Amino acid sequence: MSILIDEKTPVIVQGMTGDKGTFHAKEMIEYGTNVVGGVTPGKGGGRHLDRPLFNTVKEAVKETGAEASITFVAPAFCADAIMECADAGIHLVCSITDGIPAQDMMRVKRYLMRYPRDRRTMMVGPNCAGIISPGKSMLGIMPGHIYLQGNVGVISRSGTLGYEAAAQMKEHGIGISTSVGIGGDPINGSSFLDHLALFEEDPETDAVLMIGEIGGPQEAEASAWIKDNMSKPVVGFVAGLTAPKGRRMGHAGAIISAVGDSAAEKAEIMKANGLTVAPNPSEFGSTVAKVLGL
Amino acid sequence: MDVHEYQAKELLGSFGVPVPKGAVAFSPDQAVYAATELGGWSWAVKAQIHAGARGKAGGIKICKTYHEVREAAQELLGKRLVTHQTGPEGKPVQRVYIEAAEPFERELYLGYVLDRKAERIRVIASQEGGMEIEEIAKTNPDAILQVIVEPAVGLQSFQARELAFQLGLSIKQAQSCVSTIMNAYRAFRDCDAQMLEINPLVVSKDDRVLALDAKMSFDDNALFRRHNVADMYDPSQQDPREAQAAEHNLNYIGLEGDIGCIVNGAGLAMATMDMIKHAGGEPANFLDVGGGASPDRIETAMKLVVSDSNVKAILVNIFAGINRCDWVAKGVVQACGNLDIKVPLVVRLAGTNVEEGRKILQESGLKLITADTLAEAAEKAVQACQGKLQAA
Repeated sequence: MSILIDEKTPVIVQGMTGDKGTFHAKEMIEYGTNVVGGVTPGKGGGRHLDRPLFNTVKEAVKETGAEASITFVAPAFCADAIMECADAGIHLVCSITDGIPAQDMMRVKRYLMRYPRDRRTMMVGPNCAGIISPGKSMLGIMPGHIYLQGNVGVISRSGTLGYEAAAQMKEHGIGISTSVGIGGDPINGSSFLDHLALFEEDPETDAVLMIGEIGGPQEAEASAWIKDNMSKPVVGFVAGLTAPKGRRMGHAGAIISAVGDSAAEKAEIMKANGLTVAPNPSEFGSTVAKVLGL
Repeated sequence: MDVHEYQAKELLGSFGVPVPKGAVAFSPDQAVYAATELGGWSWAVKAQIHAGARGKAGGIKICKTYHEVREAAQELLGKRLVTHQTGPEGKPVQRVYIEAAEPFERELYLGYVLDRKAERIRVIASQEGGMEIEEIAKTNPDAILQVIVEPAVGLQSFQARELAFQLGLSIKQAQSCVSTIMNAYRAFRDCDAQMLEINPLVVSKDDRVLALDAKMSFDDNALFRRHNVADMYDPSQQDPREAQAAEHNLNYIGLEGDIGCIVNGAGLAMATMDMIKHAGGEPANFLDVGGGASPDRIETAMKLVVSDSNVKAILVNIFAGINRCDWVAKGVVQACGNLDIKVPLVVRLAGTNVEEGRKILQESGLKLITADTLAEAAEKAVQACQGKLQAA
């Protein structure tokens, strides 16, 4: 098993006919993702990459039985596309888009809460690299070949730092059950905590690596939850030890503006809650190996 | 994006938040003219910079005559004002705001922020106006009042009333305060602000509630639909290198060290800086070239990094996902051909098309230091910077 997606999960691509949508849909299909169609308003009835196109997500769900969606939709229209998924009963929506206004995300999160828990949409991202269950399915833009299939779950705010971790783990012969990029924005669709809970339940995951960064309360919340609820070992890391206060470091959410936002404070909180903290970003692989007893 | 006080007040005023009468001036003559237009007997001449704590730093002068207004404007305009929020280099004062000085009875605090934990807008108020909110939070946390806004319906009048009465205002003052709280919320929401601070919010002798100071910053991601806000951008308040980078859509932040960094992805860029520090060096900058970086973009990034005279070595660290190592390599070769780069260059490539990328670097005949891992790259950059390592 893995979390969120596997080789069977039927996936649609919103914005499939655009440049980025086309490129990454192709990559996903090549990787083995079960892409069942695309949604581009106005192009319904046509075909693209040998898959049917639909005008609306509802139609796509009705015709293909799609359960997950990945959005390559411009920032101005992305909130709308995500809410459309929630309304159409899509279980999982992953948004790669960078640049969604924070107040739009606030409304999206409120909108997702309209639905009862058993049919509520899980959102991953925005501003993330996506999700990969190595050897099974890829719902994202990562280079699939750097991931080895295995028993460690990865959750990362940063895309490229997630790649770095996957490559280091591969060097140590360690594989990944699922890697989730939760994104670099101040308001994420889902948090570390949401995915930690899934990894705790997943029989194929034996340990989790969570890679945080400066800004926001997420890492601290997740650490406290881990202490009380998690039986599996968790390795933590927080990027941005050298980041100056009050400056936005590329990601809209990576800014030290409140107490507890800095990398040093977050790493301390992780340690205090029983996580093993990787001493620096070149030791993801070795630290995970250590907690696995390799 | 930050804006000046006078711009924030203009916006707030257009949403019905009462602000004192004022006018912006770019020269001492304009300042005096503004004072005569405003009328009255007392004016505040306020330096306009993107930072707070101006009062203590001498950036706000109360003047009783036109002559004093002229002198104040003369002194402030053209100088760099250093406050404890600007850093030691300060911010250039190119505009002053002339405001009719209002006598007031009480100073309050009113703020709005995007609360990341609640994922909602939080409204904060306090009776202790004039002080920094962080300071009140430390010394007297009970004095901070707050309400959270439900995004589906927006701020409700009862919430504003609760705040107004907890601020200890009379009925008449509270009425004025409720409409100020509601209108400022509308300005925050409709302009996609990220932070709005009215400190102090003052109660006048005739029971009006006015924004005596205003600080606003906006969500960069929403500027595409807020042209009135986007037009307020003032590049003079930014580090010139950062302003230049912004023109090319590069994320650059200048730092104090001497190892220039060119990285893809914000997380990896921060981690690269952390690794440099771990290896005993100091990063000169944060720079994220983003996804899909073309050779030209890499060259632009290199140009920006070498324009910093502190840089004694450059580290290019690319883990390509959407990016392609061959394009990055071409960009490095192109930049070395077009720019006069005198400092050692360490390149680490990984991910998509890495073999093609390495081949391009090898066949270029350039004197480069290459590395395979993040740790190796950082160590080599630090050694090269200290003159202990040269390209083979």
